[in-house]
Amino acid sequence: MNQSAKSEILTTDGIPLKISLKRAERLNKIRAFALVLPLALFIIITFAFPILSMLLRSVDDKQINTVFPKTFEVYKQWDRKDLPPEELYASMFHEILSAEKLQIGKASTRMNYSKSGWKSLLKKSKRKFKKIKEGPYKEQMIKADKRWGQIEFWKALGEMVDPITFGYYLNAVDLKYDSDKNVIQQPENRRVYNSTWIKTLKVSVLVTLFTLLLGYPVAYLLATLPLKLSNLLMIFVLLPFWTSLLVRTVSWIVILMQKGIFNSILVWGGVIADENRMQLIYNQTGTLIAMTQILLPFMVLPLYSVMKTIPPTYMRAALNLGAKPMHAFYRVYFPQSVPGISAGGLLVFVLAIGYFITPALVGGKDGQLIGHWIAYHLKTSLNWGLCSALGGILLVVMLVLYWVYNKVVGIENIKLG
Amino acid sequence: MSDSFVKFEKVDKSYDGEVLVVKNLNLDIPQGEFLTLLGPSGSGKTTTLMMLAGFETPTNGEIYLDGEAIKSIPPYKRGIGMVFQNYALFPHMTVNENLAFPLEVRKLKKSDIKDKVSKALSMVELGDFGNRMPLQLSGGQQQRVALARALVFEPRLVLMDEPLGALDKKLREQMQYEIKHIHEKIGITVVYVTHDQSEALTMSNRIAVFNDGYVQQLSTPDILYEKPENSFVAQFIGENNQIRGKVQSINGKNCVVKTDTGEIIKALKVNIDSEGDDTTISLRPERVEINPTNNNFENIFEAKIKELIYLGDHIRTRVEVCGIDQFIVKVPNTYKGAEFQEGVKVKLAWKANDSRALDAR
Repeated sequence: MNQSAKSEILTTDGIPLKISLKRAERLNKIRAFALVLPLALFIIITFAFPILSMLLRSVDDKQINTVFPKTFEVYKQWDRKDLPPEELYASMFHEILSAEKLQIGKASTRMNYSKSGWKSLLKKSKRKFKKIKEGPYKEQMIKADKRWGQIEFWKALGEMVDPITFGYYLNAVDLKYDSDKNVIQQPENRRVYNSTWIKTLKVSVLVTLFTLLLGYPVAYLLATLPLKLSNLLMIFVLLPFWTSLLVRTVSWIVILMQKGIFNSILVWGGVIADENRMQLIYNQTGTLIAMTQILLPFMVLPLYSVMKTIPPTYMRAALNLGAKPMHAFYRVYFPQSVPGISAGGLLVFVLAIGYFITPALVGGKDGQLIGHWIAYHLKTSLNWGLCSALGGILLVVMLVLYWVYNKVVGIENIKLG
Repeated sequence: MSDSFVKFEKVDKSYDGEVLVVKNLNLDIPQGEFLTLLGPSGSGKTTTLMMLAGFETPTNGEIYLDGEAIKSIPPYKRGIGMVFQNYALFPHMTVNENLAFPLEVRKLKKSDIKDKVSKALSMVELGDFGNRMPLQLSGGQQQRVALARALVFEPRLVLMDEPLGALDKKLREQMQYEIKHIHEKIGITVVYVTHDQSEALTMSNRIAVFNDGYVQQLSTPDILYEKPENSFVAQFIGENNQIRGKVQSINGKNCVVKTDTGEIIKALKVNIDSEGDDTTISLRPERVEINPTNNNFENIFEAKIKELIYLGDHIRTRVEVCGIDQFIVKVPNTYKGAEFQEGVKVKLAWKANDSRALDAR
């Protein structure tokens, strides 16, 4: 007994069982791998790789170092108390002249983030420096533009010395490096992101709550009505999916604007006076109303698919055992629908936190979410580093949320059907 | 109303206003009885149970429980225990919590609840399983928990809706005895629904055979088996041979039937009205003798053995007699039984009292 337990188990042919099993399963594994390969490649190329490149870009500060390699070498020896020595001026002079115009443009954009003025300074210098024939350069450069003599400009380069920076992430939460690389708050008039973050979270939580409150009874009806009626109701739930997002958003504008249908009905009905028409759109209210309607199906469907699996006998059993309908619902039905609530909640929240089109169209000034800034930096300001950092934070928030969800509910409890 | 604890009075039930699922149901169940509603699916038995539990409303008539009309009383106020087809144990609660549920909603004291729950669990021999989740239990164990939960709050009446349907044969038989014994021990009134006739015969005091919305016969198991009143009951309960024919003459309790192929059979008049009526004679396979050794039989016919099926304790013998080739005889596996061969001609004999002339359906 003991001996056989210790020694390896062999198949009838004398091959160790584990090896034999591996051989037998190898073909199946290869086949399974081949089946997922196209999708896996597609996801790697179009999803994993862009995300990775975005995350790299959000901390990348190499570019500036490649344009001014020597200058930054010399810069490290500068004591940062008085104006830099002639050596630093000289290398800056040569590297500005020798760099391509395009490179200078890119570098100056980056330098402008840490101190505005750099961009015009470099542009002007590139032109004027051509007249300077030989050194010493310090005096001539200051003469060409007096900003070369201001220590703040030189100090601002300090945060760009390292090829990796967390500056973009700091910017994304209204912080920044000062010239000595200490983390400080942005000046009051430049703090825009924190309030947007808070607003984004608030709107996402509220939208999740509203969709739950509105969606739960609908899903319950869907799951308990006879098939004929529930199919009809299901069409109403799915109808939004068959209508363009843009059309739905614009129709909310028609309904909610001050001269719109909703206000007009209230005025006509005498509920509000004509001069007191409510501002329901182009603000946070508009964003909330439109997003709740648009994301509602994403709450209803997971709820429905979970509720569909709860047999009606549970409620009957609870009633039979003496529980009043409300109590039976609360103790027996509701706990079993929690996987659906969490699945729908997670889905709606994740969609809401990154929502862009609807807030952009109906949000006005105070209904904009973080997606607005991401789009702004991507398309208008072309600050892709900050854009990536905002996206990176969004990604982290979602991963944290997922982690918490997994700890509290358990990801295996998520049910979508 | 002294001896009827549950009373159905002229109850009709229709779901769609076009078809009656239960028709003119009148049923009296005395206290402490184990009554089984037996019938094929769609016969109205489950609907009857659901009306008693309060999940369906009678379209017409009234139901009384202990003298009180309960048609308008909601299910949670009826105080009736119920075991559901798939147990309906709450999957998110432990066994203890499941059993405590009906006591908590009745606002019993915590210590009382604990007492009653452990008592109920030990009654179904699951004393150590209180902290398990229902899904961690086997089918039989879940069944017992469901039974305990239906009894723990000491209801006046317990309903069971095919509770053993999901169990395998052996476990089902074991549970039948257990439920029967628990019923005998605590003396509670039970209304039990099943489509399995052997289950009904094993457990019940009385059985109501349902078909097509009507109670076909309401009687004790032995009378139901031995004296079926119509051909549906005869066919549904146990095995029976059917011979079709016309009534030739009626003579008091007996009658003479001429079969379609011309044989004359002496039978008991049960469910026929007059001479010339079509009739079906019902005959239990174990009441037929092959090659009889005495002359106590009124009916003796020539027959030919078509098939022998060996079943251990007896041999199922299919013979051709009176123009029917699906006539079954059960031959005990004794020395005599071993002599028969397929194709052999034999004599079949049975008594007039065992051949019951029923309706021709």
